[in-house]
Amino acid sequence: MTVTYDHLLFEISKKGRRAYSLPESSVEKTELASVLPSHLLREEPAELPELSELQVMRHYTGLSNKNFGIETGFYPLGSCTMKYNPKINEDIARYSGFANIHPLQPEKSAQGALQLMHQLENSLKEVTGMDAISLQPAAGAQGEWAGLLIFKAYHEANGEGDQRRKILVPDSAHGTNPASAVVAGYDVVEIKSNEDGRVGVDALKAAVGPDTAGLMLTNPNTLGLFEVDIVEIAEIVHEAGGLLYYDGANANAILGKSTPGEMGFDVVHLNLHKTFSTPHGGGGPGSGPIGVKAYLTDFMPSPRIEKDGDYYKLTDNHPQSIGRVKGYYGNFGVNVRAYSYIRTMGAEGLQQVSEDAVLHANYLRARLSPYYDTPFSSHCKHEFVLSGNRQKKLGVRTADIAKRLLDYGFYSPTVYFPLIVDEALMIEPTETEAKETLDAFADALIEIAKDAETNPELVTGAPHTKAVKRLDEVTAARKPIVIYQKAHDNS
Amino acid sequence: MTEQHRYLPTTEQDRKEMLETIGVSSIKDLFSDIPESTRATKNKAIELEEALSEQALTTYMKQLAGKNTTTDTHAYFLGAGVYDHYVPSIVNHVLLRSEFMTAYTPYQPEASQGELQALFEFQSMMCELTGMDVANSSLYDGFTSLGEACNLATSVTKKQQVLYSKGMHPQAKEVLKTYAYGMEYQVSEAPLENQVTDLNWLKENINEETAAVIIQYPNFFGNVEDLRAVKDLLADSKALLIVMANPLALALLESPGKLGADIVVGDTQPIGLPMSYGGPHCGYFAVRKQYMRKVPSRIVGQTVDSDGKRGFVMTLQTREQHIRREKATSNMSSNQALTALGTSVFLAAVGKQGLQDMAQQSVNHAHYVKHKLAEKGVTVLSNDSVFHEFVVQLSKPVSEVNDRLLEKGFVGGYDVSKEWGADNATLICVTEKRTIEEMNSFVEALAEEENR
Repeated sequence: MTVTYDHLLFEISKKGRRAYSLPESSVEKTELASVLPSHLLREEPAELPELSELQVMRHYTGLSNKNFGIETGFYPLGSCTMKYNPKINEDIARYSGFANIHPLQPEKSAQGALQLMHQLENSLKEVTGMDAISLQPAAGAQGEWAGLLIFKAYHEANGEGDQRRKILVPDSAHGTNPASAVVAGYDVVEIKSNEDGRVGVDALKAAVGPDTAGLMLTNPNTLGLFEVDIVEIAEIVHEAGGLLYYDGANANAILGKSTPGEMGFDVVHLNLHKTFSTPHGGGGPGSGPIGVKAYLTDFMPSPRIEKDGDYYKLTDNHPQSIGRVKGYYGNFGVNVRAYSYIRTMGAEGLQQVSEDAVLHANYLRARLSPYYDTPFSSHCKHEFVLSGNRQKKLGVRTADIAKRLLDYGFYSPTVYFPLIVDEALMIEPTETEAKETLDAFADALIEIAKDAETNPELVTGAPHTKAVKRLDEVTAARKPIVIYQKAHDNS
Repeated sequence: MTEQHRYLPTTEQDRKEMLETIGVSSIKDLFSDIPESTRATKNKAIELEEALSEQALTTYMKQLAGKNTTTDTHAYFLGAGVYDHYVPSIVNHVLLRSEFMTAYTPYQPEASQGELQALFEFQSMMCELTGMDVANSSLYDGFTSLGEACNLATSVTKKQQVLYSKGMHPQAKEVLKTYAYGMEYQVSEAPLENQVTDLNWLKENINEETAAVIIQYPNFFGNVEDLRAVKDLLADSKALLIVMANPLALALLESPGKLGADIVVGDTQPIGLPMSYGGPHCGYFAVRKQYMRKVPSRIVGQTVDSDGKRGFVMTLQTREQHIRREKATSNMSSNQALTALGTSVFLAAVGKQGLQDMAQQSVNHAHYVKHKLAEKGVTVLSNDSVFHEFVVQLSKPVSEVNDRLLEKGFVGGYDVSKEWGADNATLICVTEKRTIEEMNSFVEALAEEENR
């Protein structure tokens, strides 16, 4: 058995240790007790750990050894675009001129930051085919919410706020889509996909009406399929007085090939941590800028950046704006990385990104389709969905296949999503993986399919090589332990 | 492409082989499903600047970065929600470990134990600081955490009125109003009396429709609010007490939990994160146990594996959008896991004593500068019950003074004339980082401006 590091910070703490040195100060102490009532002063100090600097480093190095990132190995998590996160962009985001500046310092002392944001906005206008961009939303879901609030403000401005209360969402959509609609105050109507895995024009026609505020769509959708009827879909929604929202989670498939603007979308978000290579950080920070067509500009979040000659300024005089969705100007540090990436790739490079991403997905799909059910027959875009139905009949579930992949040194694809495919495995290889890696991954999945027939216990018992075996998630939810419980004999 | 890009490993030979396996003759065939009318064709192809080499890129980005005033070039006396504090070097070193940085949401816990444990430790330390039972593993920032807290409060109380203090950060108010616009509840502002929230006004305005009362701790102007006195006003009410707290101040101030808070939110930027022009920072969100199943976003829980060994998983996921879709408690998906890790490493490094020392030194410095300014005849508006920020009234516009301070090597305070309701009012912050020389020369410079 491999020996792995297995301590909590609190368990290695010892009174009197420290891993810091504060700046020197000769200033006399101000006793808060002399200026505040005693009940507002902390009675018991917070029980934070006490460690030396090496102990802290060894702790986190120990933890990092039990964590899998893109540089550890192939990370084919569908709809998450786990591409290489360029190291140079980390250096750049840490330049003092980007990392050590205050969001409220005088505008003229932050011209470089504002210029970068303005130029990033311009680049994203090009990529999306939209007329204005706001960098404020912190992630895709926040972009969705901001975009739907723009729908709301627009309909209200037209005197149709009370009437248009419904957002249409395909059943293949990301879970954030219906959830965002609800926090924007909307009711959700689910549109069933047709047998091709796409939005059915007839189902859509039946659903739209005078109560429609808009439709949210990912294109290509979560099955990795391009919505071939997009032009007609846009017409149907617009005809009914609704607006179209583009969930940009899958934009890695269409760079330089098409734009949401051309497809007829009114509001879009992009996930800069997906398409534009910024690190996912174990679940964030991301960045989810939104773009709108010209006639919606007045409703954009405030403040906005304007260029006045050579001077960049922030403006907040936008009476029709939905307001502020987040503090300051968004996740600036993430936006610096994304802008560096765009400048590294150029238009031609970004188009090559999409071509290779789509090629890789179709290649893996072709290699795997003899061994796994492929619910939809057409070529895919940057990702595709397999079904583990064939293996399920042998007693091997998709969850088992996912865990077994970990033993091969891969992360697992997204599983059990989209919901409309049984035992779904959603695979997105990205453009930054070499063919050798794709082949090794395909070989592993093929071997697992064979093991499911001949040696199913090997698969259902996986993982066999990780720091822990299969974890009990049911008990974790039934009897939640969500903070450190000091062992009684230690106290 | 003419030249192989360094991020793209696929060669012409690879492409040929892959197309063959797929059974199509060219890459174009894989894009033929995009309708002609929506294609980016020659006349509407995306236009971007030429791709840069690594060297050209860094030259250009250094040039942009060089246009900004930074903490390396100037001494900052600006806070107002974002603070220039000491961050031990090891924080950055841990964040650069790619196993953390390049992972995503730990959907496969067996391969993501490191991050899950680190977030479990984050939750534990945030509960220690806030005095609460349950914390999530982060939200976008302090202001969006506040918005989520109000959504929670209106949802559990089924009431539609939120009262917030005038002593809140102006941007917190703006974000709150956007959340309220979404979920369609009402917000009203409680005035200040003697630099803290007016308790008499609250008493008169808390009623059966009140879902929550929000207090910032210390408030936007630096004054420490009496949370217990506010909680006492809620004795006969179902309304929740939401506190937005600076986590550094909680090293010295009594925890909001002990003083009766139901939800505590805020931003961990002061504890371990660079200012980074306002983001990425890290929202925290902590509640009393009874609201655990209503908390937005990811929560990490402890469990065991099939051998009985301790391990960690994302838990209570039936709250979340990827399971519950339109019935979820929030739409949050990506959060701020990496910056939460940054705060954890920071707290591990400074520890129990260091956090108190840092907070105390900030208090000492702020009170020192405050007294020195008063001695020099500058009008100080704040009373003594402040933490590390206070308000000063200048005799000319704040922006004008700040421009001249900038020339002298200082970033001056934040113009709060509108928020405070007095001409030329500026909010000054002094942290532990300011040296005695910086403080003394800042006092001189400001006094000189006043006497010009």
